[in-house]
Amino acid sequence: MNMINKEPERHEIEALLPWHAAGTLNRRDADRVEQALADDHELARRYDLVREELAETIHLNETLGAPSARAMEKLFAAIDAEEARAPRRKRSFDLSARISEFLSGFAPRTLAWSAAAAAVAIVLQAAVITSVLVKDNNNPETYKVASAGIAGEGAIVVRFAPQATATEISNFLGAYKAKVVDGPRAGQLYSLKLSEKSSPEQVRSIIREMQAESKIVSLVAQKE
Amino acid sequence: MQATPDEVLIGRIANGDRLAMQVLYARHHVRVFRFVLRLVRDEAAAEDLISEVFLDVWRQAGRFEGRSAVSTWMLSIARFKALSALRRRTDEELDEEAAGAIEDPTDDPEVSLEKKDKSASLRKCLSGLSAEHREIIDLVYYHEKSVEEVAEIVGIPENTVKTRMFYARKKLAELLKAEGIERGWP
Repeated sequence: MNMINKEPERHEIEALLPWHAAGTLNRRDADRVEQALADDHELARRYDLVREELAETIHLNETLGAPSARAMEKLFAAIDAEEARAPRRKRSFDLSARISEFLSGFAPRTLAWSAAAAAVAIVLQAAVITSVLVKDNNNPETYKVASAGIAGEGAIVVRFAPQATATEISNFLGAYKAKVVDGPRAGQLYSLKLSEKSSPEQVRSIIREMQAESKIVSLVAQKE
Repeated sequence: MQATPDEVLIGRIANGDRLAMQVLYARHHVRVFRFVLRLVRDEAAAEDLISEVFLDVWRQAGRFEGRSAVSTWMLSIARFKALSALRRRTDEELDEEAAGAIEDPTDDPEVSLEKKDKSASLRKCLSGLSAEHREIIDLVYYHEKSVEEVAEIVGIPENTVKTRMFYARKKLAELLKAEGIERGWP
């Protein structure tokens, strides 16, 4: 086994080991760490230390016990007192909560069929959207979207995959230092802006990396 | 049968659903309690604090925007309450407590035996860390929070989260070394 040659890179990977052990890294970083561990014997030894710390931290916390029933009684007495003083007015209609609650009631199989139907609809939409995609003559590997909305340096348009979870999307945005600045627009398209100033070549490179994350995004294109 | 997601429970709580509050409490109160207890090191105070944390959840559920996980949001509230409670304590109390936490009664034969047990020593040293270092280690290892989530709970930049975790682990290695356990790192 070899050691990672570049010390700053090794230091960066080493800093991620605790999150890798806890399983909370995004897929991109987890792959980087796995690769480094396979190539670097010393890093793998240090990872074993991290795993020891993880195990003992869990052990320590699990021995702390639980609060007595007094805490719950005190909480609900306080809630009852508040409600008696000033009953809260129910929110009349919360669409996102209703949709979320509606979906959570389905069995996974039902949801899978619904997702399949949604996927067919998305494919049909994609055919329409493709007609507004303008091929970038200078860069045959990437596309630009000729749609309205926020444009400029580092502006990217994406459609998130139906199966992507909120956590995966959040990690994806974090990994690329991007934020959602517009959307959803027609076809469930969102505009992203890269927080770090990037050259056109860097943006194209980021788009290609994003396109590889097909579990999270079903469409990635550069905005004009 | 799938459990009702936390976000849905929060929506119901915002509408005054007491049962949803009970479900959310049952689901999270032990972890929130342990997080607070590791910070304040006082069971009675920790119990009082979790009642306050969940009362805030009841009051603020309507304002929860879902930009983070419900557990992350609750730990942020818990941390704020715990630190406020710690600030109310006198420095004297804290000094006594810190001394107690890292006390090393070498004349106790049980402790001599314990020193041979690496796992027990590791747990002892984890308890001897400063509140800041205990907090980050617990959030990462026990509460399974990502870099981004820890940054949100603690209110520091993501790079600082990684640096703080590194120094917490370095301090842990120093405490272990003082216990006679050399790990060859850092």
